[in-house]
Amino acid sequence: MSYDQARWSEDDQYEPLLSEKCTREVDVDAPLPDDLTRDSLELPAPSEPELARHYTRLSQMNYGVESGPFPLGSCTMKYNPKFTEDLAALPSASVHPDRHPGTVQGTLALMGRLSAYLAEIGGMDAVTLQPPAGAAGEYTGVLIARAYHEHNGEDRSEIVVPDSAHGTNFASAALAGFDVVELPSGEDGRVDPEALDAALSEDTAALMLTNPNTLGLFERDIEQIAEMVHEAGGLLYYDGANLNALLGRARPGDMGFDIMHYNVHKTFATPHGGGGPGAGPVGVVSDLEPFLPTPQVRETDDGSGQQGEPGSKYELHEPEHSIGKVHGFQGNWLVLVKAMAYIARLGDEGLTDASAKAVLNANYLAEGIDYEIPFGPFHHEFVASAGDQDAAAVAKRMLDYGVHPPTTKWPEIVDEALMTEPTEVENRRTLDQLAAAFDAVAAEDEETLDDAPQRTTARYIDQVTAAREPRLSWQALGEEGEE
Amino acid sequence: MGGHNTGSPYAPHTPEETAAMLDAVGADREADLFDIPESVRFDGEFNIPARDERTVRREVRELLDRNDQLVEFLGRGHYDHYVPSAVDHLADRQEFLTSYTQYQPEIAQGFLQALFEYQSMLVELTGLDIANCSLYDAATALGETATLAARVRESSGSHVLVPEHLQAGKRGVLENYASGVDLTVDTYPMDDGAADIGALEDAMAEDVVLVYAESPTVRGVVEESLAEIGALADGHDALFCLGSDPVALSILKEPAAVGADVVIGDAATLGLPAAYGMGLGMFATRESFLRQVPGRLVGASEDASGRRAYTLTLQTREQHIRRERATSNICTNQAWVALRAAIHAAWLGPGGLVDLASDCVSRAETLAAELDEIAGIQAPVHDRHHFREFVASTDQPAAAIAADLREEGFAVHAVDDHLLQVCVTETTANATDDLVDTLEVVA
Repeated sequence: MSYDQARWSEDDQYEPLLSEKCTREVDVDAPLPDDLTRDSLELPAPSEPELARHYTRLSQMNYGVESGPFPLGSCTMKYNPKFTEDLAALPSASVHPDRHPGTVQGTLALMGRLSAYLAEIGGMDAVTLQPPAGAAGEYTGVLIARAYHEHNGEDRSEIVVPDSAHGTNFASAALAGFDVVELPSGEDGRVDPEALDAALSEDTAALMLTNPNTLGLFERDIEQIAEMVHEAGGLLYYDGANLNALLGRARPGDMGFDIMHYNVHKTFATPHGGGGPGAGPVGVVSDLEPFLPTPQVRETDDGSGQQGEPGSKYELHEPEHSIGKVHGFQGNWLVLVKAMAYIARLGDEGLTDASAKAVLNANYLAEGIDYEIPFGPFHHEFVASAGDQDAAAVAKRMLDYGVHPPTTKWPEIVDEALMTEPTEVENRRTLDQLAAAFDAVAAEDEETLDDAPQRTTARYIDQVTAAREPRLSWQALGEEGEE
Repeated sequence: MGGHNTGSPYAPHTPEETAAMLDAVGADREADLFDIPESVRFDGEFNIPARDERTVRREVRELLDRNDQLVEFLGRGHYDHYVPSAVDHLADRQEFLTSYTQYQPEIAQGFLQALFEYQSMLVELTGLDIANCSLYDAATALGETATLAARVRESSGSHVLVPEHLQAGKRGVLENYASGVDLTVDTYPMDDGAADIGALEDAMAEDVVLVYAESPTVRGVVEESLAEIGALADGHDALFCLGSDPVALSILKEPAAVGADVVIGDAATLGLPAAYGMGLGMFATRESFLRQVPGRLVGASEDASGRRAYTLTLQTREQHIRRERATSNICTNQAWVALRAAIHAAWLGPGGLVDLASDCVSRAETLAAELDEIAGIQAPVHDRHHFREFVASTDQPAAAIAADLREEGFAVHAVDDHLLQVCVTETTANATDDLVDTLEVVA
């Protein structure tokens, strides 16, 4: 398989900036005193046909899940079902957050139902939908841990994070004011109970864990880990980034986790949008429910209907010891609509099958590639080693074969890591093509890799120079000649 | 659909294919691929029945139809402007919608360029040097600004000053972010809906690292003393953060010209209709804080063919590299909403933006004058210029009036015992006569 990405270009650039095509400066004559207003405004002024062509060309110079395989490890780049977009676009979904709860019963009912679904899937007792992304979910969870310990009169200043964890875990803990204690991985790539024992103390507020971890390995000692953390007085936090491995097979709540976040843009197929928006709902065990962000949706006590059924009534309330707000309103509502529709479409059977096929696909793909995979048994993703090759260069070369490359150089526990997650949406034929792309690149020499990519819109982009001389706007481009 | 009939409709495996693949990996059944100890295996049910697409569509539609259809004269930080069809159709192209963060820039030039254009528009609107390519919303952008202020402070200061009138969610998020860097949030009083400069000056005696002001304020007041606030902040070595939005900034004096060090706000006033509070965190600042900026930045570079090309840049600020020393924990952002805002802004062009913003001033003024004619209502309460919205005082309890209005199909804010707040944009302008008629009866 090969691929030639669209390449619109003019002279020394690709599609020109709108500002280079059709800028207009207008005088500002607003119904305000002159000293409060600007004099003029200069921005692009394309006609709608020009605008449509510009963005259509830009889209053609971009690669999405429907363009081809997207086995980006840790990112769960699933197909995003079309019908969920139509639901999020319903006029009845377009409501203001300050509406009286009695007039947005549909929105609250949907949130109530999604929360109930997520609680079931994670084995949790209560869920907040407010965090607008996975990292925001982590931050919310860490704030809950902080509030819980403070409520109990305990001063616990440390969060333990395995060295193989997502960078967000470290950053989220720090954002909440915690010191981060890094936990070295054991030789088998999992948590080493001895190292954990050394890391835990009376200062431990929580251990943040991804399971299966970023190598795709299930933490077999999870019950012992949970016991150790709880024994030390800490809480156990589940990073939901890899939940697509476990749907219907195991639940964080059953493993002893107290807090978890869900990445609905990974596990529940809402589109990644070129970087966002996502949503990072957080589930907790009942002891932590009073600490959830405000407001929470709940069914009213009048008992006029079964939960989630027509006739039931929902209201908003502030949990007793709420950590307050993690988003100005109630998070990324439109994303939540899509997630709810996806879960309803799949149901028990579909969710369980999604994970089964995600794990089968990862194993099947791994079987077909030449690169060594040092750690296993893995689940929905594996981390191969590019060995003597530079993993970043391997990735660039894979682009020429019409596939999006894996995540590279991480986790660092594997040399020249190629972190690969095909998800359940690929069929055998595509996986065979993907394996062929891996193997073709594995057999190529350094020069070929260094010259890659050839067939994408842009050739290799020098990121070092971009960082040394930052030009972050079209205004900055204009300054080039003046230096 | 396809050759299978059970399981996920988006997993394409036929039973034969599954069997062959299991054979290839040496497993008898899918369950054997899971390395999960027996004791933590889940054998139960979620009790979520699978439904076909048509059924889910009907269910969700029926659920959402339980939302009452009200004409929303609501604002206070979340605004409904008309979003042209071109935004939906172009932003929904799968190459944009389903793509990932641009860590492989060679294959993601389109989105990178769109984000670069978005950043550039914010640079023009704010007059500042740099803008990032999105945070979650205005509230988290304000929170991030507090942590930035803590990192760059030159004093031992530990206080953030915010206006007395502030959207509750923004205050709440700020409190959380500030607590992580041991900052305390205090308020300064308002005088007739705008900053009380004398009181602010007194409050500055504290060790303040950040002063926050808004224009328009949460009550829709155009703040007239921004330059004084900027000077006060500067005189005390504190940062000045201004909250606004791209529509308002189309006509208001450039924040850089009044001394703003950071501009935050909800940029989803362009690109998204009312979305139950989903937003787009705008963040622009001075070049001197470049390496302290939270979130992703797109920069221009060159590719191996010598052509200008775009890439994420200065990533050493970010969590995936710097971990607990990153400038923020943000990873997933609101890129697709930024794309929508950029398309919307270009669709309007500078002339359209200025007209839209001017209408925000005149519509609020006109509606306030009409409400003021009603016995039992005085509007606007604040003798100021307004943008989109204003508060009105009522002789009857505001909550009761708001409840009566709901019965008649209108939503307004009741912000205090005898204060209503009303917001009007082009999406509700056709209903203001009905609102006025109804208020004449219920107020």
